[in-house]
Order: sequence, then C-alpha cells, then structure tokens
Amino acid sequence: MNFKHKFVFLFPGLFVLIGILIFPIIFTIRLSLSGWNSYTPEMNFIGITNYIRLFTDDPRFWESFFRLSFLSVTTVILQYVIGFALALMVWREIKFKRFFRVIFLIPMMTTPVIMTVIWRTFFHESLGPVNDLLGNIGIKPILWLSDPVIAKFTVIIVEVWQWTPFMFLLLLAGLLSLPKEPFLAAAIDGASPFRKFVYVTFPLMAPISIGAIIIRLIEASKIMDTVFVLTSGGPGTATETSSFYIYIKGLREFQMGYAATLSFTYLVIMIISLTIIAKVLTKLMIKE
Amino acid sequence: MHKLYTFLKYTFITLWTVFIVAPFLWAISTSFKDFQSVNSKVTYIPWLDFEPTLEGWRVLVKSPARGGVDIVEPYFNSIFVTCTASLISIILGTLAAYALSRFTFKAGFVRNNDITFFFISQRIMPPIVLSIPFFIFLSTIGLLDSLFGLVVVYIVLLMPIAVWIMVDFFNRVPKELDETALIDGCNPYQAFYKVVLPNSIPGLIVAGMFCIIFGWIDFFFAFILTFTEVQLLPVKVVALNSSITPWWSLSASALISVAPLIIVAFVVERYLSKGNLSGALK
Repeated sequence: MNFKHKFVFLFPGLFVLIGILIFPIIFTIRLSLSGWNSYTPEMNFIGITNYIRLFTDDPRFWESFFRLSFLSVTTVILQYVIGFALALMVWREIKFKRFFRVIFLIPMMTTPVIMTVIWRTFFHESLGPVNDLLGNIGIKPILWLSDPVIAKFTVIIVEVWQWTPFMFLLLLAGLLSLPKEPFLAAAIDGASPFRKFVYVTFPLMAPISIGAIIIRLIEASKIMDTVFVLTSGGPGTATETSSFYIYIKGLREFQMGYAATLSFTYLVIMIISLTIIAKVLTKLMIKE
Repeated sequence: MHKLYTFLKYTFITLWTVFIVAPFLWAISTSFKDFQSVNSKVTYIPWLDFEPTLEGWRVLVKSPARGGVDIVEPYFNSIFVTCTASLISIILGTLAAYALSRFTFKAGFVRNNDITFFFISQRIMPPIVLSIPFFIFLSTIGLLDSLFGLVVVYIVLLMPIAVWIMVDFFNRVPKELDETALIDGCNPYQAFYKVVLPNSIPGLIVAGMFCIIFGWIDFFFAFILTFTEVQLLPVKVVALNSSITPWWSLSASALISVAPLIIVAFVVERYLSKGNLSGALK
C-alpha cells in the first residue's frame, strides 16, 4: 500500500511537533552564545565564552550531573526489581488479583509535586509520623530532609513510590502478552519455579525489560518536581540535580545565556549517554 | 519450599500496599486536623487522638479575600488544558502513527523507524531546556500566562506518548482489515475512518489515559509559564506549601487534586486485565 495520501496522515503531527520545537532549539543554541543576563538582557554575541566557563570553571554543574546520574540509575534499578517482582506476583492467579493491580497502579496517577508536598509533611522531622513511629520503638529522630546523605535517600524513596507503578504496568503488560507454549514445555520438563524464571520468563521478557528501563531512565533523568518541593536542592546543594541547577541559573539568577549553554550541553550528554545505555543493555540482556 | 514462597509473596505484597497507602491515609487524617492537633504532637486517628474539624475542606471553596484557597478555578483550568492538549495530541498522533504503521517512508537515510524515534525522543527533552526559550518566546508574542500558551507546550509533552502507543497498536491491527476496505471501494481516508478507527478503540483509550495522566501531573511548565492570570492545580497546591504550612488545607487540596485520576487507575487495570494493553505498551 503506497499512496500520496500517506503524507496527509503523517504531516500534520510531524509539522506541528517540529513547528513547536524548532524555535526553542535554535533559540537555545543562539542564546548559549550570548551573554544575556539581567544587566544586559539582549542577544549579543560572545562566542564560546559560556562553554569555556562551563568546562573549566563550573564544578557545581558537573557535581549536579553526577548526582542526577546516581539518583536516576539507583531509582530505576530499584523500580525495575520491585516492579518486576510485583508484576510476577499478580501475573498468575492470586487472591484479590485485580484489587492489588489497581493499588499498585495508583501512585503513577497522582501528581508528583502534590504527593511530594504530602511526603514533606510525612517526613517532617518533628511533626511527621515517620520519626514519631520510629521514636515509639526507640529510634532517634532521623534527619530525613536536612542531612545531606539521608536527603538523597528520601528523594529516592519518594521517586520509587511514585514511579515503580509505571515499571510495574509496562512489565505486567509484557508478561500478559507472552506466548503460553514455552511455559508448557518447561512445566512438562518439570522445571522448578526458579529455573523457569531464569530460563524462560526472563529471556522472553528481555526486550520488554530493555524498553521499560530506557523509558524510565528518560523520565527519571528529568527528576525535578520531587527535588523542587521536597528539599529545594538542599541541604546546601546535596540533592541538586542538573535540571534544578539550570533552573536556578536561568530563571532565578536570570543568566539566560549561560543557562542555555548548560541546557544544550546537558541535552547533548543525555542523548549520547541514553543511546550508549540502550546499546549496552541490549548487548547484556539479549544473548543471541 | 512452596509454603515459604507463598508466605514471602503475601508479606511483600502487604508491605508494599501499606507503603503505597500510607501517604494517603496520613493526608486524609491531616485534612481533618486543626492547628492544635498538627503542631502540638503527632496525631493519627480522629476522635481518638484529636477532635476532627472540617476547616481544611471548607477553605477550599472560600474566596481568597475571606482567607480561603479557591481551587475551583485552577481545577477547571487544569481540566481544560489537559483535555485540550490530550485531544489534539491524540488526533495528530493517531494520524501520524497510522501513517508510520501502514506506509513506507523514505527520505535519504530516514526510514519509518527513524521518524517514530524522532517523535518518541522528544520525551528526552528536559522541561527546563524547553521552558527558557518558551518563556522568552511566549512573552514576545504576549501568550505568557495564558491557557493557549500552555496547551501548545503540552502538545510537545503528549504527542510522543500518543505516537508511541498508537504505532504499536496499529502494528497489531491486521493489514487485511484496511486492504479489504480498499477493495470494497473505500478511499484510504474512509478505510481509516470507517474500518481501522472503530477497531482501535482500546488503543485510543489507553493512549488517551496516558496523555491525560502525563498532562495532569505536569507541574514545571505551568509553574514557569503562568503567574497570576491562569493558575493550574499543582501550582496552586504547591504555593500553599510555601506559606505558613496550614497542613490541613494543604492535605485537603492535595487529596482533591489527585482524586480524579484514581479513576484512571481502574480503567487502565480493566484494559490491562482484558489483555488489551499488552500490544499497546511495548
């Protein structure tokens, strides 16, 4: 089937998307070569000065980038393991199967910032229930939000709560679409549940797993809402991620030119690293 | 061995359910508290630990002049922006997905997969990267702080999702379906509209649900691109957070903002259990 009509189907969507995006991208690149800030809000040309500053004189950006990598990789691994476990558990018949499926899905339907507002009261160091309950069993109050190390884990807990359901959904949809024959064959061979998982379920799920992990990594790399409300990047810069740092530079300090430099560099790094991760994961998980 | 496994399984499921439900229970309890029961010590159960009041819920509908929060208008703004952007994304995304699933495109080294990837890859774009140019762009054309400006931005967020789900879905709708329609004398548009589309309703619903979820939960664009004229729900609720922490109205408004989408969880589960989602999400 090949028609000239095919363009009628494709072009509206394609051109609307390109039309909305082309300006911001070109503008960001141009802006990154300017010294636009609150004193001189104009599109002058200062060459690659901003890029030199970024690569020689801005450890805070690179720290925020490594922090982001740590946070997103950790949360995605946790989400994958927990999500896969949950999906396996409600895949076959168990009691109240559909009830649990709904419950496990609910967090992803809730607005992250709004739930984070709740989590902030939940982890409140003197008035929150977590420290109170821990106090009842004799554990000293934990500085959930004001200790630089623990604050990172608080962010991870909230992110895992919020997004494990998405992983769960993708993996369960995958499990439900698997063909029945390999499992019958394994049952006839008398394979144990563990061996069945290692030799049948996991290999069959590998392509779906890779897709789910990549999608979650893409979304996790944008982690911002949680940090914004929970800790505002603090204490100090302990939970500051790249997006948040760009936000501070651009829309709080109004160093638009420099923020555009950060944005563009960050975008390029993200595209390259996600491509590499996708390639490596495919190599690791699908054995020919 | 088997008994131990079952025991561990149910323990894990129970613990996880408690973890998921805990913040909701805490928010429900907090929404009925007053200043005293929030600030003196940690309280949990109404009547037993503290005397419940409806103050937290009452301020939601009061006008700001009388010390209320007034989340009614942000609520409708959020619904309007989410639904409009979702609808446009679904229409454009479905058309594009159909083209990518049924026809072959060739332009230089660009193939169908590359075009699909182009659509989906827009999700990689961090909101902050887009929001700075959009901020300047919308303020230049005078659309900063307007519903229209937000709808435009949300289309970028949502169309990739629509294309992602619908391409996979159309790939599973047999080609013979449209071919038969074409032989019966339909033109390609009629074949799409009269035959393929009615058979794709589960896919459309799933794609619609995902667009609504990701539109409704967005905070950042609404936060950057609107100020006073137009406020969306998440921005309004988070603004409460910065003031002197009236936890009761905060919890009440949070609960009422996340409530509508809980219904979506039931719809998604329904399609999941019927097996309609397996092809749509891959």
